[in-house]
Amino acid sequence: MSLHTLSVLVENSPGVLARVASLFSRRGFNIESLAVGPTEHEEISRMTIVVNVEGNPLEQVTKQLNKLINVLKIVELDSLSSVQRELLLVKVSADTKNRAEVLEIVSLFRARVVDVVADAVMIEATGTGEKIAALLGVLEPFGIKELVQSGLVAMARGSKSISK
Amino acid sequence: MINGSESLVRSLEHAGVEVIFGIPGGAILPAYDPLFDSSIRHILVRHEQGAGHAATGYAQATGKVGVCMATSGPGATNLVTPIADAQMDSVPLVAITGQVPSGAIGSDAFQEADIRGITMPITKHNFLVTNPNDISRAIAEAFHIASTGRPGAVLVDISKDALQANAEFNWPTIIDLPGYKPTTKPNSKQVREAAALIAQSQRPVLYVGGGVIKANASRELLAFAELCGAPLVTTLMARGAFPDSHPQNLGMPGMHGTVAAVTALQKADLLITLGARFDDRVTGKLSTFAPNAKIIHADIDPAEIGKNRYTDVPIVGDLRETLTELAPALKAEFAAGNQADLGAWWKQCNSWRSTFPLGYDIPEDGSLSPQYVIERLGKIAGPDAIYAAGVGQHQMWAAQFVSYEKPRTWLNSGGLGTMGYAVPAAMGAKVGRPEVAVWAIDGDGCFQMTNQELATCAINNIPIKVAIINNESLGMVRQWQTLFYNSRYSNTDLHSKRIPDFAKLADAMGCIGLRCEKAEDVDATIAKAMEINDQPVVVDFSVHRDAMVWPMVAAGTSNDEILVARELAPDWDSQDL
Repeated sequence: MSLHTLSVLVENSPGVLARVASLFSRRGFNIESLAVGPTEHEEISRMTIVVNVEGNPLEQVTKQLNKLINVLKIVELDSLSSVQRELLLVKVSADTKNRAEVLEIVSLFRARVVDVVADAVMIEATGTGEKIAALLGVLEPFGIKELVQSGLVAMARGSKSISK
Repeated sequence: MINGSESLVRSLEHAGVEVIFGIPGGAILPAYDPLFDSSIRHILVRHEQGAGHAATGYAQATGKVGVCMATSGPGATNLVTPIADAQMDSVPLVAITGQVPSGAIGSDAFQEADIRGITMPITKHNFLVTNPNDISRAIAEAFHIASTGRPGAVLVDISKDALQANAEFNWPTIIDLPGYKPTTKPNSKQVREAAALIAQSQRPVLYVGGGVIKANASRELLAFAELCGAPLVTTLMARGAFPDSHPQNLGMPGMHGTVAAVTALQKADLLITLGARFDDRVTGKLSTFAPNAKIIHADIDPAEIGKNRYTDVPIVGDLRETLTELAPALKAEFAAGNQADLGAWWKQCNSWRSTFPLGYDIPEDGSLSPQYVIERLGKIAGPDAIYAAGVGQHQMWAAQFVSYEKPRTWLNSGGLGTMGYAVPAAMGAKVGRPEVAVWAIDGDGCFQMTNQELATCAINNIPIKVAIINNESLGMVRQWQTLFYNSRYSNTDLHSKRIPDFAKLADAMGCIGLRCEKAEDVDATIAKAMEINDQPVVVDFSVHRDAMVWPMVAAGTSNDEILVARELAPDWDSQDL
């Protein structure tokens, strides 16, 4: 099994997310992560899908996706030639005794504190999956009260645009 | 100003629709008012499933887009089976359904079902239209999508308020779907590579699928096959794509294929795959299928290439264009002196063919052999007739023992395997091709699923002919119980030689009902049915219940383990290979 990141440009029409999700489920492909949002073109949305497959099924994934009428373009982004980011919000137990320790970790990871109360802080971090996992690993001993993570978004490096 | 319903009917007229099979109901009711005045013939069926299969049969027989119509909720859900069926067999079908008013969508309103959501996985594309101004464009796009590229099923769901409101009619002259650009022109480099591979192959086989019929490429196939000289097999979906009488045709491959067709694929060094999809019913256990063969795979759908089997030379494009380009490329190879001698290969294939021909035993108790009935039917009705089958033993025998000479004369539910397909599909085919005899070859189980459409046929002057191969059982399931479940016949006995009385049922439906129980009466009964052209005819052929379909490759096993009869493998030792 290996992870592949697909950028999928789709028509911004009702039901398109359901079509893509249903295709993955009925063809037995596993979605690791999915992020959807607008693009620089009003009528086009962009999905970033991380899919867990071997080589040949990946070709099937893209071919089957291409058969959806609302799918306009599919590009695989490898981690070296693209910037890949996830967003994390995590609520960690921290009181006056250990808050400084937590804040030090936050600064080491170039994360940010976005909310503080007497017994907890909320931390916002962006980065690759590995960085997020490492941050969570270090924060874990303090007690993670709640966490939420976005799907991965990715963009190829350089000046070219995918939607051209 | 026109309303949405008028826009819908005008759009259907613009799309060239001749006939719609359907049933009105609350949400689609507005559309039925302008339809009353339209040039389009509407055939009122008895069940929406019948409408869907009839539209499919019409499309299969004519090559045109089949159209069915139903109301929201149960009307729409009754179309689900024929939509899935058409999609699996790549049949161009447009299904139009009414939907509850847009304001009520999502409220569990009366007769509401999310038919767009339900049919998403079983359509090529579908639409939910709530804006009356979008109706004409949606219909135009639906017909374009259904009929181009790899054909398929498209559903257009229209809310009742959109049908009732004022609408602009904008029939688009150009369909521009940025996400839908099927490749029709084959890549010439790939074509040349394929030709080179074919020219040097010692043991090539043309593996012909239903795509040849969809692409109307039978003539091009004949020319190319004769040029290339290779043995050829026609899958269940491709029966009729190439004449059965042609010496190069080894018959049908697959689970119930001929020994020659199955074995030629197994021993080939090259499969020239044309519009086929390496279905499990053809390949048997995939890892052991045609182990020494390189694969050329020509198909309009790029997703089929490499889906089940690694492909050495893929060619994406329209098959007619592909075959048209392959022929000169192969001629050029031959002219350059690259032409393998297929003499030894043909000797081998011919010996399989002559040693293991299709056959059947005549029941010792004097009862009627189902294979004999079907064989005689094929002989008497001839290659100009259209044959529609249900699913099961009778379907396999109809594929084996009728000789097909022309495309679009064999209609069946290959991919989905829908019991009950035959009667409504025959009805649709007869509407599309009224000048030819249309036979439904049906099982007694299948027939009891959809025979309500006999009433539709009788009332609308659609004189189909139905041959019920009545073995009073779910015969194929019974065969598996015999072979794999110790002859424990759990729930496969239909008692249909007792109930219902099919001849009386036919009579009650306004059809002529005939019975036949003896071999000596078969020809006369078929001849009598052939003479009746002003009424549907139903013939109840009471056949031996223990007849089995052979040859057989048991599910999940290798094609090398083909059996020609129960526990009887071909005697390979007497063979050279």
